[in-house]
Amino acid sequence: MKPRAFEKVTAARAKGRLTSLDFINGIFSHFIEMHGDRRFADDKAVVAGVASLEHMPVTVIGTEKGHDVRERAMRNFGSAHPEGYRKALRQMKLAEKFSRPIICFVDTSGAYCGIGAEERGQGQAIAENLMEMMTLKTPILSVIIGEGGSGGALALAVADEVWMLENAIYSVISPEGCASILWKDSTKAKEASECLKLTAEDLLDLNVIEKIILENDATHAALKSGLLEAARKYKAMPPDALLERRYRRFRVIGM
Amino acid sequence: MRFKKPKNALEGHGKPLPADIEQEPSIVCPKCKKSLAADEIKLRVCPYCRHHFQINARQRIHMIADAGTFSETDQELTPRNLLDFPGYDRKLEAARLQSAERDSVVCGDCEIGGNQTALFVMEPAFMMGSMGGVAGEKIARTFERAAEKGVPVVGFTASGGARMQEGIISLMQMAKTGGAVKKHSDRGNLFICVLTDPTTGGVTASFAMQADIILAEPNALIGFAGPRVIEQTIRKKLPAGFQRAEFQLEHGFIDSIVDRRRQKKILSQLLQMHRRERVI
Ligand SMILES: [Zn+2]
Repeated sequence: MKPRAFEKVTAARAKGRLTSLDFINGIFSHFIEMHGDRRFADDKAVVAGVASLEHMPVTVIGTEKGHDVRERAMRNFGSAHPEGYRKALRQMKLAEKFSRPIICFVDTSGAYCGIGAEERGQGQAIAENLMEMMTLKTPILSVIIGEGGSGGALALAVADEVWMLENAIYSVISPEGCASILWKDSTKAKEASECLKLTAEDLLDLNVIEKIILENDATHAALKSGLLEAARKYKAMPPDALLERRYRRFRVIGM
Repeated sequence: MRFKKPKNALEGHGKPLPADIEQEPSIVCPKCKKSLAADEIKLRVCPYCRHHFQINARQRIHMIADAGTFSETDQELTPRNLLDFPGYDRKLEAARLQSAERDSVVCGDCEIGGNQTALFVMEPAFMMGSMGGVAGEKIARTFERAAEKGVPVVGFTASGGARMQEGIISLMQMAKTGGAVKKHSDRGNLFICVLTDPTTGGVTASFAMQADIILAEPNALIGFAGPRVIEQTIRKKLPAGFQRAEFQLEHGFIDSIVDRRRQKKILSQLLQMHRRERVI
């Protein structure tokens, strides 16, 4: 098999790859971070706050993997607990109240897998985001910048448009998980990567994403102008039309 | 013919039950080991220890819908191998033979205690009740149809989660069904979901947890990550009862645990009490 897909998997996970905060700081000005879900804790795997996109106030949210060892551990390598999704939803509702576009950056291998996450309703937290995001009366744009891992990624990607960086991946299951279920052999992740159709090109073909962003010196600039244009376009739409369009965007997938 | 135990059984206690149980002289309860006569387990519950046997979608519909009222919808929808995923066609064929269904959910309209209701019931014998494009489509249509008519939806979940062989398409069904649930809800309609063993992964993280009223069968495994995956991740054994229905009740994620033998009565009462006064 050709190695194309697994090369992307490796690139998407590479150490030193730009994280959500790098994009937030590179694209927006005046970012003010907001913490906490008002219920249990502040999940550092998710960063959220307000910022300016040119002169437009926006809400920005991202799963954050961190850079050095300590930060990565503190942020659970970008795998959010229920509190992370609840923090995100709280910020999204605030954005809706003030008609601010919401811009999400997704980079997670998946929602956190552990006892506390289950005790506090990981499934419920994701489910609530999926349902609520579908009818938030403000534009939502999501960019998969690295790993888009399963429901934990989708919980920040029920959006009017979803874009991917050229080396990002987006999948229902990790290639390792897929290989171990299919062939009882997690080392066959390379083969599984091909089967899952998880590259940006595959997902563009499947109409799951709208756009691929090239990774080069102009990435920040391209994202900035692209996001601004899209935010203006969807902000200008009547809310009902925006929501119907968002519903149809997902409704047509799978048949 | 026997229902084969699903391969990735997610530790569910649901032992297979012979389909032709009426002809079987007796069956042994997998939990309390008592020998049960066929007429003792008409509703597939052990009368001694309350063990709920895993049952198929048709048995469940028979148990819940008023006699002769169920009319199936979208039964012709059949999954295709959209991603050319290796081995998927063969798996689908095997699942069809094993379950006698075309996909992992059966949908339709019925009456429950005289209340007009849209019903969906997941089929654990079809690829572990996994959700792909067809299941997502059928469930979305069920909510849209119910929203149009202004009737409640009752759903029974039994699922290992998303269907890996449909890749990203199956992931997108979570957003699609969630949107349909919201549409139905925003029009003032009731959704009751009954979680049965097992309900995990993408189904838990979408419509199973989006219902107005969430019921569960005793001891049903309910969670996002499967227990085996969690144990591998944290390298510890999970405590007994972890992610079971009783655990979810204690942690505030379900409204009530309802024994199968009382489900029809409870559902009828709830539907009756949530009847809408205004008719569209
Ligand atoms: Zn028993």
